[in-house]
Amino acid sequence: MSGLLENFWVLLALKVAIIAAVVPAVSLVFIFAELKISAHMQSRIGPYFAGGRWGWAQPLADGLKFIQKEDLVPDDADRPVFKFAPMVVLMSTLAVFVIVPFSPKLVVRDLDLGVFYALAAGSFGTIGVLMAGWSSANKYSLIGGLRAGAQLIAYELPLVLAVVGVVIQAGTMSFNGIVAAQAAPVFTIGEFAIHLPYLFQGQVIGFVIFIIAMLAELNRTPFDMPIAESELVMGYLTEYSGLRFTMFFLAEYAGMFSMSAIAATLFLGGWYLPGLSSGALEVLGPVILMAKVSLLVFVIIWFRWTFPRLREDQLQSIAWRWLIPLALLNIVGTAIAKVVL
Amino acid sequence: MMAPKIPGIGLAKGLWLTLKTLFQRPPTINYPREKETPVPRARGVIALDIEACTVCMLCARECPDWCIYIEGHKEMQPPSKPGGRPRSRATLDRFDIDYALCMYCGICVEVCPFDALFWSPEYEYSEGSISSMLHDKERLAEWLKTVPAPPALEAK
Amino acid sequence: MIDNRLAAIHASDVSVSVELETPEMTLNLGPQHPSTHGVLRLVAKVDGEMITSVEPVIGYMHRGYEKLAEVRTYPQITALVNRIDWVSGFANEIPFMVAVERLMGIEAPPRAQYIRLILTEMARISSHLVFLSSYPLELGAATPLMHALRERERVLDLIEGVTGGRFHPNFNRIGGVKPAAGGGSGQKKVLQDLPAGFLADTRKAMDEVDDVCDDMVNLVLGNEIFVKRTRGVGIIPKDRGMEFGVSGPNLRASGVKFDLRKSDAYLPYANFEFDIPTGANGDCLDRYWVRMEEIRQATRIVRQAIDGLPGGDLQAKVPRIIKVPAGEVYVRAENPKGEMGYHVVSEGGRGPYRLKIRSASFSNISVLPWLLVGQLVPDIIAVLGSLDFVLGDVDR
Repeated sequence: MSGLLENFWVLLALKVAIIAAVVPAVSLVFIFAELKISAHMQSRIGPYFAGGRWGWAQPLADGLKFIQKEDLVPDDADRPVFKFAPMVVLMSTLAVFVIVPFSPKLVVRDLDLGVFYALAAGSFGTIGVLMAGWSSANKYSLIGGLRAGAQLIAYELPLVLAVVGVVIQAGTMSFNGIVAAQAAPVFTIGEFAIHLPYLFQGQVIGFVIFIIAMLAELNRTPFDMPIAESELVMGYLTEYSGLRFTMFFLAEYAGMFSMSAIAATLFLGGWYLPGLSSGALEVLGPVILMAKVSLLVFVIIWFRWTFPRLREDQLQSIAWRWLIPLALLNIVGTAIAKVVL
Repeated sequence: MMAPKIPGIGLAKGLWLTLKTLFQRPPTINYPREKETPVPRARGVIALDIEACTVCMLCARECPDWCIYIEGHKEMQPPSKPGGRPRSRATLDRFDIDYALCMYCGICVEVCPFDALFWSPEYEYSEGSISSMLHDKERLAEWLKTVPAPPALEAK
Repeated sequence: MIDNRLAAIHASDVSVSVELETPEMTLNLGPQHPSTHGVLRLVAKVDGEMITSVEPVIGYMHRGYEKLAEVRTYPQITALVNRIDWVSGFANEIPFMVAVERLMGIEAPPRAQYIRLILTEMARISSHLVFLSSYPLELGAATPLMHALRERERVLDLIEGVTGGRFHPNFNRIGGVKPAAGGGSGQKKVLQDLPAGFLADTRKAMDEVDDVCDDMVNLVLGNEIFVKRTRGVGIIPKDRGMEFGVSGPNLRASGVKFDLRKSDAYLPYANFEFDIPTGANGDCLDRYWVRMEEIRQATRIVRQAIDGLPGGDLQAKVPRIIKVPAGEVYVRAENPKGEMGYHVVSEGGRGPYRLKIRSASFSNISVLPWLLVGQLVPDIIAVLGSLDFVLGDVDR
């Protein structure tokens, strides 16, 4: 048995299977959380009947409904591209989980270039969005897809630059390395060691920029112009139905999960919580990370149900005129601090 | 005009409001399980008192979209006292209201000179097909049980 | 004018985009679109996301009210007119009633006039609350909708308590308000005066409405993103607005201090103290702000009216069968959407010979083709929503 587990391919298949099972399950939880939180923020109750108590089965019921629907492809659509686009989007979000460390050992592959890989894989989904927008043969979809493309170019840069600060501070691009660096005590007062995540080690600006860019990357309000229901009907999703729409839908929440996991790992210490032994962290690591992720997901949902959306040109001006210079300053500041301290 | 002083304070105020609402009890009513009581004057459905109707057709004539269908005939009644003349009395054969057409204005209730029509606040009579929205006189008479007492008035 | 601005847009582009010239795209918004409030269709020509021309196509909801009125009696028309602008049903009935009363030479008793006024202002509050809540939705914020509609429901419940209808009160009668439940000897005794508890509930509801206005300031008007989206967008200059016949809050947002409640005595507004809020720039932000202030003024009027509510009859003496002497009259009123007027032509019968309806929304959206040129696609929705129109009021 143990011999089988040491086989590279068996292990890989096992890890992939776990991700393929866990990520959609967690996404369903987030969908439910969004339904409930948004409802209560609006003085409503939200789902109530499906599954009995609190309507917990509502996302499942929605999923079942979507699956039963006809898979429509518009006549003028570019069929292969149209059909392939949702898979690209879903794949890119799932691919990010390869490097997310849930505990010191529980990670699919701790790449040395983890940060680089995560950002590259995450932004890959925009290609799927562009494909969807272009192939739908619908003007709303086209505008939505192009907006998503413009948004990616504008926000990938601040996103990367915001992470550079953390990378400089940690001196590594491996996710587990970054968590380990945050686990190291910052300073000690007598016997008592103070551990701080990077958010409290001077990466506040980096964190804020990362969150803003993350919202734009995820097409969430206030940056949801590619979907912009009141303007573009449903943006690049307009022509999708049934299972393919479900893939986009799942990808949105899986994307929230993955980006939040990255943010939690980079800025909030990942699976690490001060005061726990390494044995305890081994077991509780996933729980700790999920708690941090849930907090970030709540913030994302909270923003969505409070703010209106910006306009595309305003978004661009925020990105280029504010976020990128700020992120550059942050890098310079971090580098100076690193050298001086 | 309402320019916030500190940048971001407007966003924070909005976030605080939604967070506050998140922990408040929603004022909604869980409809099929709980029911709201409509106000007594609510114009839900029209009830018919068959006995009071004299087939005068005023309601059918005044209805703005002519959704009331009335048919009746005269019946000879035995004289009220011996030796008197037999009286003719109008009897209702058909009194249908097409709720698919009705616009709930209440003119029929107002013009009825014999107190045969009443408003009831009942609202649960939706149907799967539009033809079932035609209520005949037996169905309309059943609504009579649901007519509430008029509300007390505000002191002048 | 349109051509000049188009030329200006293109002139600025010429220097940079000689080779990048892209063909125009026709974007067809509606008749089914999430933000056109029904069945308005806008045929927009866009260059990238810049609009070069817009043509509104209306008539999808034409119900022929003017023609319907010609074959109905005056009491029957009462039931029709509150369906024109269904968001403020009660306010639609007033000008028609006043017009018929003026032709007949009668006047409603003071109590009836006060009840009319209170319910009209409540209709204004509910209509403006719909705007305050649905406009942020157009800009992507869904939460204000529920918050404002929650309070609107209180107001509608009060209207329903008096009239029996939430949206279509049908409570006005020629010569006053509905006096009794029915015409029979028993129903005649069931007076339709204000139900017990109405005044206290109204006071409470007005406080709640003021509170939700404060909430809307926190959630919407003070929100930097909202201000960024609306300030300087869709500016209607004073003179341009008047040329297009824009009226109501849309015109007042442009700085024109014109309110029919002050200038036309169709209801006893002269007895009350209230201000006319006017905007400075005439942009979307001003239009939002003006409506919010109008709600506050309306709650002020309602409070004064329930304090000074006179006693007396609900209806003046009117004949059983209403016949209106020959003649014609035009009565206009300050509706939530703007100026609403009825031109009644009578030949002495039981129904009008001709009824011309001047509805506010129709004139208000006529400014769109001029206003939207040079805006961006997202601003179509921002501008469209800020005009606060109802398709029933546009098409009639």
